[in-house]
Amino acid sequence: MIVAEKKPIEEIIAQISEYKNILILGCNECVTVCEAGGKKEVGLLASALRMYFINAGKEVKIDERTLERQCDHEYLDEIRDIVDRYDAIVSLACGVGVQFTAEKYQNTPLLPGVNTCFLGVTEDRGLWTERCQACGQCLLASTGGICPVSRCAKRILNGPCGGSTKGKCEINAELDCAWQLIIDRLKALGRLDEYEKITPIKDWSKDRAGGPRKVVREDVQI
Amino acid sequence: MKLNTPSKLEKILKSGHIAVTSEVGPPRGSDPDAITKKAEMIKNYVDAINITDNQTSVTRLCSLAACIRLKLMGLEPVLQMVTRDRNRIALQSDILGAASFDIYNILCLSGDHQSFGDCGSGQNVHDLDSMQLIQTVRRMRDEGKFLGGDDIGRPPQMFVGAAANPFADPFEIRVPRLAKKIAAGVEFIQTQCIYNLDKFEEWMKLARDRGLHEKVFILAGLTPMKSAGMARYMKNKVPGMDVPDEVVKRLSDIPKEKQAEEGINICIESIERLKGVEGVRGFHIMAIEWEEKVSEIVKRAGLYPRPEV
Repeated sequence: MIVAEKKPIEEIIAQISEYKNILILGCNECVTVCEAGGKKEVGLLASALRMYFINAGKEVKIDERTLERQCDHEYLDEIRDIVDRYDAIVSLACGVGVQFTAEKYQNTPLLPGVNTCFLGVTEDRGLWTERCQACGQCLLASTGGICPVSRCAKRILNGPCGGSTKGKCEINAELDCAWQLIIDRLKALGRLDEYEKITPIKDWSKDRAGGPRKVVREDVQI
Repeated sequence: MKLNTPSKLEKILKSGHIAVTSEVGPPRGSDPDAITKKAEMIKNYVDAINITDNQTSVTRLCSLAACIRLKLMGLEPVLQMVTRDRNRIALQSDILGAASFDIYNILCLSGDHQSFGDCGSGQNVHDLDSMQLIQTVRRMRDEGKFLGGDDIGRPPQMFVGAAANPFADPFEIRVPRLAKKIAAGVEFIQTQCIYNLDKFEEWMKLARDRGLHEKVFILAGLTPMKSAGMARYMKNKVPGMDVPDEVVKRLSDIPKEKQAEEGINICIESIERLKGVEGVRGFHIMAIEWEEKVSEIVKRAGLYPRPEV
């Protein structure tokens, strides 16, 4: 899933300072799972903002709504009739949702309520960690199912570097060394000999470097 | 003797001499004297001088310009190049720039993470890794080709080196990793600073068991300790460094004003012992901000005078 975290409320307040009618728009997908922008967080943020504006002696109307997804036309259409009531929307969706909502409703300012962090997993209650950087050319078959692009601080394809210490990364003793994990896994699979195959220079044009990407599937197009 | 490049370091190693290299860290400013003074101090005691490339990710005068300074002094530089700060365009371009000044040695590294330095909020590049940089230089030199496939006019002639850290984890892949660098095309290795000689010897033995010592020239890396405090710092704070308790104790057991001298003694004893290790073909003395001690270490370790080749 896409993992996000809440923006500090001070930043949100600064973003909306000039508006009087505001919709807080949540998303029922990834940001709900990572507890950053689902219905619950929409309610919490709306309450906190109302309190703030009451204390500040300002009259600001804050409404709440959570869509099934903000990355699909179908669900974004559900707010078509009410959008004009608001002079700004604070979207708690990931950056994808914020942008798609903004594209759809050109005349309404869209403000992000979360910081979109990474593609990751719920490793534990309240702990989300990165697993993928969407490089566009998956290497996991040769690395024991552990991704050096997203999990090595230097995205070294032929690691580990000389900073790997007791299974941890040189930048942080709390952080697993991805290459230690890869080696442990190759060993568990009885495939440690694969370690000596040199991973060739990567085609980063499939990654961010190649510019905004798209996937076209003519077979499923209408 | 078949030489692949005009490198003096290559010639010394292939002539069977024990090679001695050292390093100069460029200044945090543009004063060329900072480089030339250090180089003057060590030039008669070493065969080649590495110039570090923004080591520990602290922004400094660039390695290439400093190498050119050495070249203008008639010395033999080793251009250290990290993959952290440049993409494949810049790496190849800088290699050609170095080649245009007849810089004949390169050390291919990934580089410390930027969070250690003065630009922690910066990007890192790592378009290539150190293994792939080795392959790139070899391709440019041996095939005369850019990575993109086009021909290079006057290809670089560089003796290709890399680092090896026998002390990083996991230990079991440290020799396979050396083998991998050799397969990528590396010709000489400068190791991480050695304090745990037993472990280094174990690594060398495993390398010899695979015949790797005959496929690459291994220069043992040494950094003299200035004090017990430095030893503790290296032990506890520097990733991938293995400083045994005995070394810390030996330094901390003597008065502070004698510790530096003891640090030099330890370094010389280490060289003496490592000279007897089959497969050690030279020494890389990294006297960090202590270049004035290189001459003493080289002389007392019996590595002086340096051979004429």
